[in-house]
Amino acid sequence: MSTASVTAAPAETRLHRLANFWADFRQSPVAVAALAVIVVIVLMAVFAPLVAPQDPYNQETLDLFDARLEPGEIGSGGYVHWIGTDAAGRDVFSAILYGLRTSLIVGVMAGALALVLGASVGLVAAYYGGRVEALIMRVIDLQLSLPAILLALVLVAMLGQGLPQLIAALVAAQYAYFARTTHGAASAERRKDYIEAALSTPLPARQVLFRHLLPNALPPLIVVATVQVANSIALEATLSFLGLGLPLTQPSLGSLISNGFQFLLSGRYWISIYPGIALMLTVVAINLVGDQVRNVLNPRRSR
Amino acid sequence: MSEAVLRVKDLRTQFKTRAGVLKAVDGVSFEVGRGRILGLVGESGSGKSVTGYSILGLIEPPGEIAGGEVLLNGQDLTRLKSEAMRKIRGAQIAMVFQDPMMTLNPVLKIGTQMIAAVRAHDRVSRKVARGRARDALAKVGIPSPEERLDSYPHQLSGGMRQRVAIAIALLHNPAVILADEPTTALDVSIQGQILAEVRRLADETGTAFVWVTHDLAVVSSLADDICVMYAGRVVETGPAADVIASPRHPYTAGLLASVPAEHEPGTRLPQVPGSTPSLANLPPGCAFAPRCAKAGPACTTTPPVQHFEDGRTALCNYPIEPVSCQPLSSTSTTYRSAS
Amino acid sequence: MIGFLIQRILQALMVVIAMSVIVFLGVYAIGNPIDVMIDPASDQALRESLIQRYGFDRPLYEQYFIFMNNMLHGDLGESFIYRLPVLELILSRLPATLELALTAMMIATCLGIPLGLWAGYKPDSLSAKAIMGFSVLGFSVPTFWVGLLLIMAFAVELGWLPSGGRGPTTEVLGMQLSITSLEGWSYIILPAFNLALFKLGLLIRLTRAGTIEVMSSDFVRFARAQGLSEGKVVGLHVLKNISIPIVTVFGLELGSTLAFAVVTETVFNWPGMGKLIIDSITVLDRPVMVAYLILVVFLFVIINLVVDLIYGQLDPRIRVKAAS
Repeated sequence: MSTASVTAAPAETRLHRLANFWADFRQSPVAVAALAVIVVIVLMAVFAPLVAPQDPYNQETLDLFDARLEPGEIGSGGYVHWIGTDAAGRDVFSAILYGLRTSLIVGVMAGALALVLGASVGLVAAYYGGRVEALIMRVIDLQLSLPAILLALVLVAMLGQGLPQLIAALVAAQYAYFARTTHGAASAERRKDYIEAALSTPLPARQVLFRHLLPNALPPLIVVATVQVANSIALEATLSFLGLGLPLTQPSLGSLISNGFQFLLSGRYWISIYPGIALMLTVVAINLVGDQVRNVLNPRRSR
Repeated sequence: MSEAVLRVKDLRTQFKTRAGVLKAVDGVSFEVGRGRILGLVGESGSGKSVTGYSILGLIEPPGEIAGGEVLLNGQDLTRLKSEAMRKIRGAQIAMVFQDPMMTLNPVLKIGTQMIAAVRAHDRVSRKVARGRARDALAKVGIPSPEERLDSYPHQLSGGMRQRVAIAIALLHNPAVILADEPTTALDVSIQGQILAEVRRLADETGTAFVWVTHDLAVVSSLADDICVMYAGRVVETGPAADVIASPRHPYTAGLLASVPAEHEPGTRLPQVPGSTPSLANLPPGCAFAPRCAKAGPACTTTPPVQHFEDGRTALCNYPIEPVSCQPLSSTSTTYRSAS
Repeated sequence: MIGFLIQRILQALMVVIAMSVIVFLGVYAIGNPIDVMIDPASDQALRESLIQRYGFDRPLYEQYFIFMNNMLHGDLGESFIYRLPVLELILSRLPATLELALTAMMIATCLGIPLGLWAGYKPDSLSAKAIMGFSVLGFSVPTFWVGLLLIMAFAVELGWLPSGGRGPTTEVLGMQLSITSLEGWSYIILPAFNLALFKLGLLIRLTRAGTIEVMSSDFVRFARAQGLSEGKVVGLHVLKNISIPIVTVFGLELGSTLAFAVVTETVFNWPGMGKLIIDSITVLDRPVMVAYLILVVFLFVIINLVVDLIYGQLDPRIRVKAAS
């Protein structure tokens, strides 16, 4: 019994902490609604083949007779195009679901890779200190002084188009935020006496890094990660809109909007407006959730 | 005592929080006469600062004044509209805060801040306002006041900054100055200079001071009268010398016993056992009872205010018997006026 | 102070050089520019002569040194597409972008600071919450999408304003500007507002946070205890204290506004530098890409330097530190 209670204790406190976090998070109805929106969006994207009435990239199901149908019209497929079709006869709703997939994959992948890269760089800087730290942080600061869109533009121009290139560009443009955040939290902890004490024992470096420095950097990292996923999605959409992101064979929300832009002035608004609404909902919802997570995790939050 | 300039009657200030209503100031009454200095004594959290803010009408939500009167020359300040109250603040009743590092805006010159203070009440030119600011600095003993006007706060020492704050409070010759622990953050020698200056100002200008502090040593050397607060209530009042010589409330006695200077070296310093209760869960009746050696069964209900024949009061069921007056240790400096 | 300045200038130079190497290598190392310039079917002799003329046969580092040497003499090369000196090409587009960016910054400041002050002064009021909601939208919704909505609403549906392009310009101090005429304003207002939205959201947040912090400070309490009116408290104490972070961000954001103009210019077909660079990337017009990027980085570095200097002027505490 005693062993069971000992091993169960940490899990229980972790659960308890999670429950506390949720209780605090729930204080903002807006954030809860935003979280619900995100869940719905992710589910729709994951199960797109089941939800969408049409596979928008299977050429055989497309019919040019269905091109630019207005919202609510019934096409040759025999079902209602609730939000119309685009110039190639694609059901806009289906295109959005598949576009969401691409956008979310790009955003999450870029965010996760930037997190790993940035956190590693920040931890290394904080752990070694001295010249290594000075050099790394100087580079990071310089990079942060340039806007992400500019860096992404340069990289896309250099690397060319395609999914891996795009993700690489987004990671390179955004890892610096994670590095700065990690470094800030970890180096504050690094200066504490107990770390000095741990370092003077033959404890492996990774133990200090992962047991002590990383956990302290986690709360701010979670906040930055949420916001950066939204930023990645927005940045990818922007690049795709500019024609520098993903090719139309692999469309994201950005390319869908770009694709419909030329029809906007002639009044066929639905081809780009609806993908835009999906993009806006996604990005704003993630940001709202991120805001509330920041409020909850911030120890000196004042209301 | 001469006619009271400031009379606080049964003042109640509450904060509505999620944990319930906190009675930070719970029926506080005291008065202070022209040219007199009242020491408002208590530990942190006893409500003495909130009392100061309440008098000036600077309580912000979720706080509010729930009752009582603040009479300044007979006029009830709690009934005033905000603009009328603004015209009184700084002009008839002024305040000096604890930390001189924080009370002056670090990015504005001393002169800019003082001119704004002059012109808040008097429509005079900048030039005239600057002249009055310079005179006020000179009055509190700041050397080369003209140059100081062009200084930024960080260029002055802590003591100088507190003198500037007092000079600002004096700009409009107010009837009362509330000073919230103004010397706590300063070195003892600087504190001594400022206390002497304040005593002189009270005697010369007739300004009354309410000196909020937790430091009995300061009060014993400066104040004419004492008002001791505990958990939002006044527990003892009386002339400073009498209260210090012979406290009637057990809390005051405990506070006095734990002043190191009055204590035999080498022996253990007595303390008041326990700690200040949180306002969120005060014990019923006397808030001090759980820490009080003399507490009895009657203390579970709010004790009555005992009025003693010498004009002193104590909020206690079992007040300490008076001892025959004995002078304070002759080494401690006294800024109290001879009167 | 002088030492600080020299250190910052050296640092700035290093950034420009580092960026020029990265950009040059990155941009020139991909693809064969000669294929872009001429018809693949044209004869070998023409090909050779062009390769010779642009120096594509030399090693990369030599090309870089030639490029740098030329750059120092004000020659950034010639556009493959327009067959014009790149510097001339970019500078001819600069006024349009500057005009757009500055108008946007002006809109962001004139709206953002008062809104942020109000939101910070009465943080619990309904209007403050609405302002904050707006600011979240402002900097989370992608710029290009808002641009589309603006076109949709004001140009297509309402028909009040043109959907894109630049209005008539007049020459002011050697620059073609459109904000001199009312018609010019009708063209610039939508893109400028679009470009301003992100800064507006940022400025509102920043001003609000600063205001809340200053309002709860002891010196504001002291100022109120002196009987200063609320207008004076905000106008004198709050404004002066929040001006420091705001000027910093304003300066830094001026640079990023130039960068973000890329998006707005594309949406509104605004003939500025941003539109030029996007077109150049699409057709691989390398000299334009390189020159633009280096120019923008250069502008950035200058702006950062100026912000640092202004910062020192605004905050007396920093001034003392720098002097000692």
